[in-house]
Amino acid sequence: MGDLQIFPWALMSAYVLLISALGISTWRLIYGPSLFDRVVAMDLISAVVMCIAAVFALETQNPVFLEISVAIAVVTFLGTIAFARYLEDEEEE
Amino acid sequence: MNLLASIILIIGAAFTTIAAIGLIRFPDFYTRMHAATKAGAFGGTIILLLCAFCFGTLKITLIVLVNIIFFYFTAPVAAHMIARSAYINRIKQWKGGKADELEGKIPLKHTHKD
Repeated sequence: MGDLQIFPWALMSAYVLLISALGISTWRLIYGPSLFDRVVAMDLISAVVMCIAAVFALETQNPVFLEISVAIAVVTFLGTIAFARYLEDEEEE
Repeated sequence: MNLLASIILIIGAAFTTIAAIGLIRFPDFYTRMHAATKAGAFGGTIILLLCAFCFGTLKITLIVLVNIIFFYFTAPVAAHMIARSAYINRIKQWKGGKADELEGKIPLKHTHKD
């Protein structure tokens, strides 16, 4: 199982799909009608960046890029939870 | 095997792209959140599992498992929190929506901003 190689055309089409997803969700981040749309778009952008880091680790055969994915996953979960709680309790006082 | 791994990589990337298309095409906030969190998390999980199979060592598999736990198991929690917060803030549903199960169950805010 250790020497599984991905074809270069598959890597390139995965990059194209992921970067188009990044562009589309950036459109929603800029023009989203409410703040919650922007939070969800930011969540999806971080997921896409995680996928790009994983595909980059597959391309360069260097597993250190997977730890970038772990860091992004932790930070984006805490960020979304913090946004939700802040927007819930905003005008309690 | 190489062709199978390539096809699985493209499927994972395509799931993430479908999540982005749903994020831009659905009519209101709740359906957009539904598309973005579920399909995006599933595509990312497919690509990470493919990483575990391609490298094939125990260390990388553990890193990928930690990554999936932090990513795939916390995305529904984050989606639930942000949807509840949006409901409290009186974000409107799509006018074709049939049901509102939470109506009258939780206190809403008085003013509608944004």
